[in-house]
Amino acid sequence: MTAVVDENTILEFKGRMLMMTVLQLNDLDPGQLHQQVSQKLDEAAQWLQEAPVVIDVANYVDADPVSLLAAVDTLRGLGVNLVALARNERLDAETAAMLGLGSISLLGGREVSRRNDSNGKQEESNEAEPLETLVVDQPVRSGQQVYSRGDMIVLAQVSTGAELLAEGNIHVYSNLRGRALAGVRGNSKARIFCQQLNAELVSIAGHYRVAEDLPEQHRNQPVHLSLDGEAMQFTALK
Amino acid sequence: MTKIVVVTSGKGGVGKTTTSAALATGLALRGFKTTVIDFDVGLRNLDLIMGCERRVVYDLVNVINGDANIKQALIKDKRVDNLFILPASQTRDKDALTQEGVETVLDALRDDLQMDYIICDSPAGIEKGALMAAYFADEAVVVTNPEVSSVRDSDRIIGILASKTRHAEQGNGDIPARLLLTRYSPERVEKGEMLSVEDVQEILAIELLGVVPESQAVLNASNAGNPVILDTDSDAGQAYADAVARFLGDELPHRFVTLNKKGLFGRLFGG
Repeated sequence: MTAVVDENTILEFKGRMLMMTVLQLNDLDPGQLHQQVSQKLDEAAQWLQEAPVVIDVANYVDADPVSLLAAVDTLRGLGVNLVALARNERLDAETAAMLGLGSISLLGGREVSRRNDSNGKQEESNEAEPLETLVVDQPVRSGQQVYSRGDMIVLAQVSTGAELLAEGNIHVYSNLRGRALAGVRGNSKARIFCQQLNAELVSIAGHYRVAEDLPEQHRNQPVHLSLDGEAMQFTALK
Repeated sequence: MTKIVVVTSGKGGVGKTTTSAALATGLALRGFKTTVIDFDVGLRNLDLIMGCERRVVYDLVNVINGDANIKQALIKDKRVDNLFILPASQTRDKDALTQEGVETVLDALRDDLQMDYIICDSPAGIEKGALMAAYFADEAVVVTNPEVSSVRDSDRIIGILASKTRHAEQGNGDIPARLLLTRYSPERVEKGEMLSVEDVQEILAIELLGVVPESQAVLNASNAGNPVILDTDSDAGQAYADAVARFLGDELPHRFVTLNKKGLFGRLFGG
């Protein structure tokens, strides 16, 4: 049988990078858990109820399905948006399924700082405050990673193998040879500006292009990247 | 004031040990009291390049472990005054290096033996041996070959130097790092088979200390256990001598960078 391309396909596969919060539990005592999580919620850590949360009990050897079930119930009762259980030697996909959770490996992921971790109370009135802008005036070398909670301005070159992550816009007033990921927390209005586009990868709000897919006419040129729906727009900077 | 210099690269086989030997010998020839230390514990090579492999009694790890004192372990060079070699241990691995131990050795070289320069020959890689060689450095020489993988590894090392040295950890900023481009062949650059000096400098964006041409003299020198800088007739020897002069602050034009064009006489008489 030959493959037929169905024009009425209802499927489309897309790559998307999303940030998940990993909730690391060092004990599963429901009482303590309820008390500590509600305290967090009282401190206006609403993100716990919005962001997708993965439970990780790698540090708690005594985690068995029964105590996990109680912990999951407690967390759900508090409105935490649980999506998955981190796999380890003792907890497989079957355990996760029993708890009504997906199973996920944390091995491939990478840690980034949580925006509103501890100072939850201040975050409430934070919206009016300008986001912090990180200015980098040294070359960002291969293997280095720079993260900004707001915009990022880089005044030196970004080497192949280096990575820029910003929740806002990224400006590179030099040669961008590494990776640049703007809007890493989902801001699709974020943009990337650079003097010379030679990036390994560019991404805005999880929609990414690898070097191979960059438009030839913008290579090594000053360019401005934005997101139009799900399509990345390249505009030459004059 | 003792200066500690790390010779590093990330990638192996680019000429770190050859450079360490040449730099140390060149500094000693200028009258500076210099020790060159092999940090490549387990893969000892510097003693061969320096031609003192048959005089090794104690090594760096022995000194760190207190089995020998620094004076017993140092090998005095027979050709050049003021030059000392501290070999690596061949029977141990890099875990034998501890930060406190390395600091004790460097302190002894500085305070008790009044060295002007301590050259640390780093092992390849970015693991413990390389980190220990770089940690106490005041200055770095980054050895790179004109090819993409070597350049990328050097870039990584420069980044690590910016954060993983004592200077950086104490908030004193980056240590100065300068580039030494080795195994350079202007012919192959012209044919497009090799990155040019300009290409490499554009990627790494650090000051150029010197360009050492690909040369049979380097291999001959290694085989003979004679630092190539002592071969003053060779192009590589001269290039290293220039690099040492620049290291000490002289301003010299870079030689061996462009293809030798035949002069008028050469062309007239068929060279």
